[in-house]
Amino acid sequence: MENLSDRGGPAQPLLIAKDLRKHFKVKGGAPGATVRAVDGVSFTIHKGETLGIVGESGCGKSTLARLLLHLIEPDSGELVFDGDPVGEMRGISVNALRRQVQMVFQDSASSLNPRMPVRDSIAFGPHVHGKTKAESSRIARDVLVKVGLKPDLFGPRYPHELSGGQKQRVNIARALAIEPRMVILDEAVSALDKSVEAQVLNLLRALKENFNLTYLFISHDLSVVRYISDRVLVMYLGAVVELGPVNEIFSRPKHPYTVALLASRPSMDPANRIEEPPLTGDPPSPIDPPSGCRFRTRCQFAETVCAEVQPVLGQWNDRDSHIAACHMRDPASGHSRATEVN
Amino acid sequence: MSSPLVEVQDLNVRFVTRESTAHAVNGVTFSVQPGEVLCILGESGSGKSVTLRALMRLLPANKARISGSIKVDGQDVLALDAAGLSRLRGGLVSMIFQEPMTALDPVYTIGDQIVETIRRHKGGTKAAARARALELLELVKIPSAAQRLDNYPHELSGGLRQRAMIAMALSCGPRLLLADEPTTALDATVQIQVLILLRKLQADLGMGTIFVTHDLGVASEIADRIAVMYAGRIIEEGPVADILANPLHPYTRGLMASTVHGQSRDRDIDAIPGSPPDLRQLPPGCAFAPRCAQASGDCLTAPPEPRYPAPGRMARCVQVSAKTPEFA
Amino acid sequence: MSNAMTLPQHPAKEQAAPKQRGYWGSVLYRLRYDPVTVFFGCVVLAIILAAIFAPVLAPFDPYKESIIGRLKPMGWKGHLLGTDELGRDLLSRLLYGGQVSLLMGVVPVAIATVIGGTLGVIGGFGGRRVNTAIMRTMDVFYAFPSVLLAVAISGAMGGGAANGMIALSMVFTPAMCRVAETATAQVKNLDFVEAARATGAGTLTILRYHILGNVLGPVFIYASSLVSVGILLASGLSFLGLGVKPPTADWGLMLSTLRQSIYINPAICALPGVAILIASVSFNLLSDGIRSAMDVRL
Repeated sequence: MENLSDRGGPAQPLLIAKDLRKHFKVKGGAPGATVRAVDGVSFTIHKGETLGIVGESGCGKSTLARLLLHLIEPDSGELVFDGDPVGEMRGISVNALRRQVQMVFQDSASSLNPRMPVRDSIAFGPHVHGKTKAESSRIARDVLVKVGLKPDLFGPRYPHELSGGQKQRVNIARALAIEPRMVILDEAVSALDKSVEAQVLNLLRALKENFNLTYLFISHDLSVVRYISDRVLVMYLGAVVELGPVNEIFSRPKHPYTVALLASRPSMDPANRIEEPPLTGDPPSPIDPPSGCRFRTRCQFAETVCAEVQPVLGQWNDRDSHIAACHMRDPASGHSRATEVN
Repeated sequence: MSSPLVEVQDLNVRFVTRESTAHAVNGVTFSVQPGEVLCILGESGSGKSVTLRALMRLLPANKARISGSIKVDGQDVLALDAAGLSRLRGGLVSMIFQEPMTALDPVYTIGDQIVETIRRHKGGTKAAARARALELLELVKIPSAAQRLDNYPHELSGGLRQRAMIAMALSCGPRLLLADEPTTALDATVQIQVLILLRKLQADLGMGTIFVTHDLGVASEIADRIAVMYAGRIIEEGPVADILANPLHPYTRGLMASTVHGQSRDRDIDAIPGSPPDLRQLPPGCAFAPRCAQASGDCLTAPPEPRYPAPGRMARCVQVSAKTPEFA
Repeated sequence: MSNAMTLPQHPAKEQAAPKQRGYWGSVLYRLRYDPVTVFFGCVVLAIILAAIFAPVLAPFDPYKESIIGRLKPMGWKGHLLGTDELGRDLLSRLLYGGQVSLLMGVVPVAIATVIGGTLGVIGGFGGRRVNTAIMRTMDVFYAFPSVLLAVAISGAMGGGAANGMIALSMVFTPAMCRVAETATAQVKNLDFVEAARATGAGTLTILRYHILGNVLGPVFIYASSLVSVGILLASGLSFLGLGVKPPTADWGLMLSTLRQSIYINPAICALPGVAILIASVSFNLLSDGIRSAMDVRL
């Protein structure tokens, strides 16, 4: 493979996403009804960091992951990988992007080809990128060792002969086999038992250090995101509501939705159980979401301005900035609490 | 002490196929008092759901071999005939599931399903049953309940569906509620709502509840007592606060250490190595021994007998110092 | 990459791997323990061997007529199963007839599997337009009852074994195509195919490595169940005079010509029908057994 090393230098963010948008038509729905799966999402990922994305089902986090790899074609928006625009004449092709960014899916019955021994599933990627069969199987053996599975014991097995944790190690091995610079982990530990989840999280941390990887870690589990991420992006109904360094988000959340998410975590203390739910009701449907601020239908601070004007996420200045898309954070918005909260 | 609502003695469940025999539940003994919430905590394959289904005889009769004794409100569940079983299910005992979409019938409205359940068990007119159904939907705090009665399951959001299933389970005033991971598929903000609702309903209606979950956090919110299962055995049991504060069995300790909850970001999580044993070929000794750092020769010969180190506490581990067995 | 890297250790004493049979090994294993399937598998094997070795096994020349030995009962002068309306040995004719009937049953299915399977995979994996073009064309054929379609096509082309097979192939292709299309569309949306796309693999590579292996199973199962239908339809065509021409031995044709003698020697006349029944039922049950053995969620 050609040299895929750092081109833009350490200051150049590894990936910049600008205003990504994807709307799906609703099959059999009212004419014109669209699911606004991802609706104007922008962020950057710096080299060597882990960006966590949290949100509930239907917030668009999995669609976002697929947009980043062009597995789903975005309606609009721009991707810049290490300084090179993706899919443009002066930039890099989608295929070149896919060689440098890999994805690990949630462990499920369908995450591995049931008719293939896992070593062939792993060798597939290198083979596609022009390695010979022999080289590919050598790489497959190497990465199996890296994810902590004995190649002779596990390589010839079929997916149904593996436990959930072992399958997820194979999924990680498959992603690492083509030596990517960035790995997107889409709910990669969510289906695992807790004791196995911890093993896989440790493995992910070790791999990241050893191979200078950059992670995009998508999960609905706040505790896990807190443990593994450097920065966190909170999504709600297709839009970013808050973005900031992990400690800031968890100790001083700025958006009422983030506050509620954090307060919804079980107490782990039978003496201090949660008495009142922080939020009522379910997240609304992403088909024709609420006007203005999407969270206003569940927000206890909602006012007229929230229905009329969509709050914008502030500009980030550097990787330490902590921003939220909420009128209460904007003194000029006209929200009655705008001044006292800041 | 009042007589227990549920008494399970030495329950064994094996799944027999031509190729192998899986020992899903191995000598499980526990009891539940009226109005008490017992959480059965365990990972996949621990036998927690199988135990729950055995209580209602919901396991496929041609594959599952059940032995031992199960008594619910004095009735021997394993000896019931078909008529007795159908009186038991939905009447004395009802169950809520993880995925309401598959547990509710998609071609009937929520209202029709509740009305049908009420009339099957209690009889009465359609109008009376419908009025009761409306009450139930209001009880589980479904907004604009009157309209929701005429909704089909797919027209409801995940949280509302789960509430509707709880309403249906409560329709005949059960004395025992069985819950199989009812909040696992829900989003975090919805999960806590349903947990709080269940806790309130359980306290108000005084139902005995067996709540199966893999999540320590969920157990800490709802349980009175916790029974931890591993490889088909209850390996530790006790009041929820005691277990969370002072777990005795190495597996329980490992599970708590590996549950990510505000650990330092700079260190590895103390994960339990390895994976649970194959239920088709269980080791002769303690099933956790192959993954246990403190395992010694004693652990490999026979499964440890229960020890009772403190009132209400039980652990099956040779490391736990035994005091005089407590009389239940 | 160095070996000195620190990875979390897991002293997990790996459990002995479950018996490693691979997929087809496990299918065979399950088949072995299914007595019904094993029995009918043996019957099918016997029918095939009998047809192949007909020249060796047949006690008489199947075309040798005899004016005096017509419609004789079973056992007459060494004719184990008697003779037909032209005095030919019925056992020999049944053995030779098996060759034609099996061929007429299997070849069209094979042709339909290749053509229909290919079209189905293309339709299932291709875009919406490709899919619509292929599947709507197939639907046109689907609209006719299969027997009627077979009769119409082979009637239009004139009789004969070759035309009969072409007609049957055309009857089976749409069904085969639909099965392949459904299977492909299902596999196409699974995570591992998306993962393969994410590694940068092209369409053809993904088809070859990830789709085909998963589509062949259902296609093969369906094909095996079509063989019995093929035997029945082929016999039907011959019975109607649209398949092979006399004096060729063929079960359907034999049934047709013996039909006139049903009042003289009913047992003899029924024999070709019995052969068709046994062959068709055996193929059908064998295919059912294979299906349930292959139908394990992995």
